[in-house]
Amino acid sequence: MGRPVAIIGVGQTKHGRRFDVSYPELVKEAVDAVFEITGIDPGDIDGVVSGTMPSMMEGVALTHFYFADVLRSVGKPIMKTETCGSTGASLAITGYYWVASGMADLVLVVGSEKMNEGDSQATMTTVLEPFYQRYFIAGAPGIFSMQSQEWSVRFGIPEEKIRAAATKLTIDHHKDAFDNPYAHIKKELTEDEVNNARIITYPVRLWDVCPNSDGACAVIFASEDKVRQMDRKPAWIKGVGYSGEEYWFGDSDKVVWQSAIQASREAYKMAGITNPIEQLDVAEVYNPFTFQELLFYECFGFCDFGKACDETLKGTFARDGKLACDPSGGTLCTNPIGATGLIRVSEAALQVTGQAGDHQIPGAKLALAHAMGGVDQYNAVLILGSEL
Amino acid sequence: MDTKKMDYTILKDEIAIPYELAMGPTWTRFFEGFKQERIYATRCPKCKRVLVPARSYCPRCFVETDEWLEVSQEGTIVCWALTEYEYFAIPIKPPYIGALIKLDGTDTNFLHLVGGIDLSDPEYVRKTIKNGMKVRAVWNPEKKGTIMDIKYFEPMK
Repeated sequence: MGRPVAIIGVGQTKHGRRFDVSYPELVKEAVDAVFEITGIDPGDIDGVVSGTMPSMMEGVALTHFYFADVLRSVGKPIMKTETCGSTGASLAITGYYWVASGMADLVLVVGSEKMNEGDSQATMTTVLEPFYQRYFIAGAPGIFSMQSQEWSVRFGIPEEKIRAAATKLTIDHHKDAFDNPYAHIKKELTEDEVNNARIITYPVRLWDVCPNSDGACAVIFASEDKVRQMDRKPAWIKGVGYSGEEYWFGDSDKVVWQSAIQASREAYKMAGITNPIEQLDVAEVYNPFTFQELLFYECFGFCDFGKACDETLKGTFARDGKLACDPSGGTLCTNPIGATGLIRVSEAALQVTGQAGDHQIPGAKLALAHAMGGVDQYNAVLILGSEL
Repeated sequence: MDTKKMDYTILKDEIAIPYELAMGPTWTRFFEGFKQERIYATRCPKCKRVLVPARSYCPRCFVETDEWLEVSQEGTIVCWALTEYEYFAIPIKPPYIGALIKLDGTDTNFLHLVGGIDLSDPEYVRKTIKNGMKVRAVWNPEKKGTIMDIKYFEPMK
């Protein structure tokens, strides 16, 4: 176990279609915000971590060099971390490790994406090799639909019930997003609109799927010594868990899903969590697809396998429920993919420090942040708390 | 793209890079089998799992898998998704069904297409395609030694 580490400040851009700025200018917005909020002098930063999804998203490789000036990283060590959709969570873990190891006291961590500048689904097709698997589960929806379909059949969940639960999730999240000043898609949806929307991969329809967003997020990780020198509320990193999968999509079970289960249990163990639904106050679950969000609730032990739809329909995971999930609107409303996991971590930090504004969960002290990457290949979970 | 609403210039760019991707001995032999309408697997000497497509080593036991065996062209559907979205540079056009298929006598699920039925109506597809359903490989008459030599797996009567 390393030294205690806290998040001492977060900065986000307004996420959305951001053709008003170039990509480095977008990153600068988030970096400037975190320095302004914390009052930290960029010269005091010991190292910088930067990450995006695969570089062909915007057609520029090694973006951490492209962003060197706006990251204020000149003359400092800089690392890039990249784990597809979970990049942001991996960035946070990289920053955490750097400070926990004692090798740095202040680390700037930045995730970004400009998904509207390229073809996001074409980019994602390149996550798989072209010999065997690429053609059949290209992009994101096919993979996640197959996974959800197997889940529904294995646990005998009627399609109508899944539809109803997914519809409630998307209506709630898109409504919650109105209270998040940084969220991309904010919309009052009706059940009819959701249930009759265009099919993407049956039974997944348009409002079950996250948007393409442009955005960046910057977070400063600090050692305990630095935290004590500052007059700011820290969000302590209480637990970290992450787990990868075998390559071949057909080799392992994606329903009782090893990497999601293991990542959460590692993080719980480190944070001393034995009963997540009772102990956690808020969870920022990576939810690019409504159907997958339901499965994550089960993999994380928020409820038993096969029960997420019932619990969702009861309101267990709503903002005023037992465990508020994605009160920010989540990935479903905002997905600048290289930043998305870091936004989950940032939202968790804002919640446990009482700074989440209109979507604050009153009195939140312990929060979960999560992201998933690749073709169901990787899961990362962080637990953040208000107390060390 | 609606440029009227935009105040700033957008540069249109495209990068096309040709690749030559080596298959190595195991995958070459696997796809040579496709040219004869045969599906080959390798068996792990340690855990005894039959791995398809054939692998040069077992991803769990980390031992070489040099025992080759031809496997059944029939299997059962494990899960499936009907895709209605067209992806850039993917030769398969929607609608299509991607599916994991457990070939008889194997221990991994093989990813391919399910076809041979009318895919135009999702409700019909939902009522017709079921997990656990038996399917059989249908080969393309022309063989290129690629994964698309199998046209799809069709439901068995």
